[in-house]
Amino acid sequence: MTTLQSNTTELRTCDTTGLPVFKGAEFFIRLNAVCAVVFLLVGGIAALLLALTRWQTVHLLGPEWFYRVLTLHGINMLIFWLLFMEIGILYFACTTLLNSRLFSKHLAWASFVLMVSGAVMTNSVILMGKADVLLTSYLPLLAHPLFYLGIILFAVGALLGVFNFFGTLYIARRDKTYAGSVPLVTFGATAAAIIAVVAVGHGALALIPVFTFSLGLTPEPDPMWYRLIWWGLGHTSQQVNVTAMVAVWYLLATLTTGARAPNEFVCRAAFVLYILFINLASAHHLLVDPGVGAGWKIWNTSYAMYLAVLASMIHAFTVPASVEIGMRLKGYTRGVFDWLLNAPWRNPGFSAFFLSLVIFGFIGGITGVTLGTQQINIIAHNTLRIPGHFHATVVGGTTLAFMGLAYYVVPLIFQKDYIARPLARIQPYLFGGGITLMSFGMSFAGSEGVARRTWDIEAAGVYGASTHMMLGLLGIGGILAFTGLLIFVLLTVGTLLIGKSNKGRPMACWGVPKTITKIGAEAEREVDPHNTPGAMTLVVILLVAFAVYYFANWGALADVWHVR
Amino acid sequence: MSITAPPKDWFQAPSGHERVWLGMAFAWCIVLFIMMPLWHFKGKQNSTGESYATTPAAFSERVDRFVAANQVGTHNGTPIVEAPPGGDAYMLGRMWSWYPFLKLRVGETYRLHLSSMDLQHGFSLQPMNMNFQVVPGYDHVLTITPTQAGEYTVVCNEFCGIGHHGMIGKIFVE
Repeated sequence: MTTLQSNTTELRTCDTTGLPVFKGAEFFIRLNAVCAVVFLLVGGIAALLLALTRWQTVHLLGPEWFYRVLTLHGINMLIFWLLFMEIGILYFACTTLLNSRLFSKHLAWASFVLMVSGAVMTNSVILMGKADVLLTSYLPLLAHPLFYLGIILFAVGALLGVFNFFGTLYIARRDKTYAGSVPLVTFGATAAAIIAVVAVGHGALALIPVFTFSLGLTPEPDPMWYRLIWWGLGHTSQQVNVTAMVAVWYLLATLTTGARAPNEFVCRAAFVLYILFINLASAHHLLVDPGVGAGWKIWNTSYAMYLAVLASMIHAFTVPASVEIGMRLKGYTRGVFDWLLNAPWRNPGFSAFFLSLVIFGFIGGITGVTLGTQQINIIAHNTLRIPGHFHATVVGGTTLAFMGLAYYVVPLIFQKDYIARPLARIQPYLFGGGITLMSFGMSFAGSEGVARRTWDIEAAGVYGASTHMMLGLLGIGGILAFTGLLIFVLLTVGTLLIGKSNKGRPMACWGVPKTITKIGAEAEREVDPHNTPGAMTLVVILLVAFAVYYFANWGALADVWHVR
Repeated sequence: MSITAPPKDWFQAPSGHERVWLGMAFAWCIVLFIMMPLWHFKGKQNSTGESYATTPAAFSERVDRFVAANQVGTHNGTPIVEAPPGGDAYMLGRMWSWYPFLKLRVGETYRLHLSSMDLQHGFSLQPMNMNFQVVPGYDHVLTITPTQAGEYTVVCNEFCGIGHHGMIGKIFVE
């Protein structure tokens, strides 16, 4: 026990930021990050194959492998890649930022081993063709028992990682390793961790009875009951991604521009709204289902006030406002957008973060709330509009933000400077641009009625030239995004293998804005954190775009057959 | 700085631009909510989720009676059935077809019963682009009024196995 103790408390001081890095935590951050990138590559190769199949003119895969690869893609991207990253982020946020050692090395090992074995088990079963059931595995579709067991093991592992995070929060507070309140990034990570527990709880409730059913031990659960509970996992886990992404936005904004939150209370309150008003009932996915009535649907869509949407709209303001304040403090005070024009756009940490913010807000957020409106869902459910929405949130948003994070994690935690840095500088633009094109292609094809999760559209005989053009856009966007993803993976793995060590000196700087005028107290006096016209302009544009899209959809709904 | 402890006096009421935006955003969230109950009462397109417990065998029997009583023709070997205006119409989903095909009239209202014989399916009416979930064990009733004449295609948009893409139905509206 004493050796374990000395291991976990051993630390170094970061040569770039001056923050403490605990060796025990650092080791597990590295392990989780490496696994994340491996599963990102698996999911990415699957993504390319899918894009080249849905591009109807290319139509690469046959139906059997299309659905198999689609299952693989969803699980590796939405579950494995993101959760490995998130466990790494949690370990970072509770150790380095709180100046504390990790709670337990044993727990971290148990978490990691369970997650890896679960992921390998599930992927093997899928590739053997025993689980062509897609991510959702809607009953009565049934996969091989090991498919469910793999996901359950993975989820238990992730839960242990989350407990390790909570344990660390506890010992840090007990041992008084930090003074005052926890930093905003740690606060956001805590919100993500709490929501993760809720998500995994629903996952256990949905998947354990299906696992025992697949073994023939228990009767078949009701398919509507399964949909309701499964989406308690499926939707809630997306809220984990959103919350972790927002925490990463604040982190990257701070590292790249010296951002400062306009009001810590408001930012924290917005995280609390995420915890309280995520849709536990996951109603957004059941809006055109039988078994639940209109009252239930309307209430659970919004809890009458859309407070989770309000939380995102608050961050949509406070995140750019933080950057604006940080930049104004550096002297970029001219006009409305001087701060934004002089932001470090060649720094991949900044460009990934800001593109992620824009793609998530303008495309993902607006489409998400609109498609999740009870009646509008009639003209959207299970069409390509749905993946058009969530590729803008979870890929253009979360994945891109996590890529931006990697441009700091690798130099600071692995202590290696990136190879081929010019390539890294364009990577976020390539990936973000590709995902945006793909998302547009999906959304417009979906508006023309093309179904998601469908190998072929020709048999229906109702889709014309414009639909094929949109599917072509999907394909081209997919190829661009995959190229961006591949560059990211190659650069990151290449850096780990042959990158130059930066031990004993600060990391090679990606470029941060210079302070051009007064510094310190004098600048503080001149910059009013409650006056951020740039951020205000951005959110007003967002609101106008939101309103136009929202009411245009009501207009489109009014044109279809009457139905009650 | 988001990565260090906040100042001791961090608990501050919002002010300035932040306060203005909070007000605007909250007002918008209320608009987002109000639209749904408003449309529920005033709008013509709603998903009320009206449904009844059934079994594949019981539902299939009702569909057969419906076909026997109202068949008016065939299309590619599948019966075309003209539902009585104001009455019940049935369509069942199974791997991988919709059965039967329907003939409806513009401006008439029908109670369209949807259910599945096996897996979950998705009733997707094209090119109208109206979408509803079809779940085994649930008789999902849509009280539906066609507003335009034409030949409509029912696509399955819930994955139901290898032949999913070929699960195509027809609704003819006169």
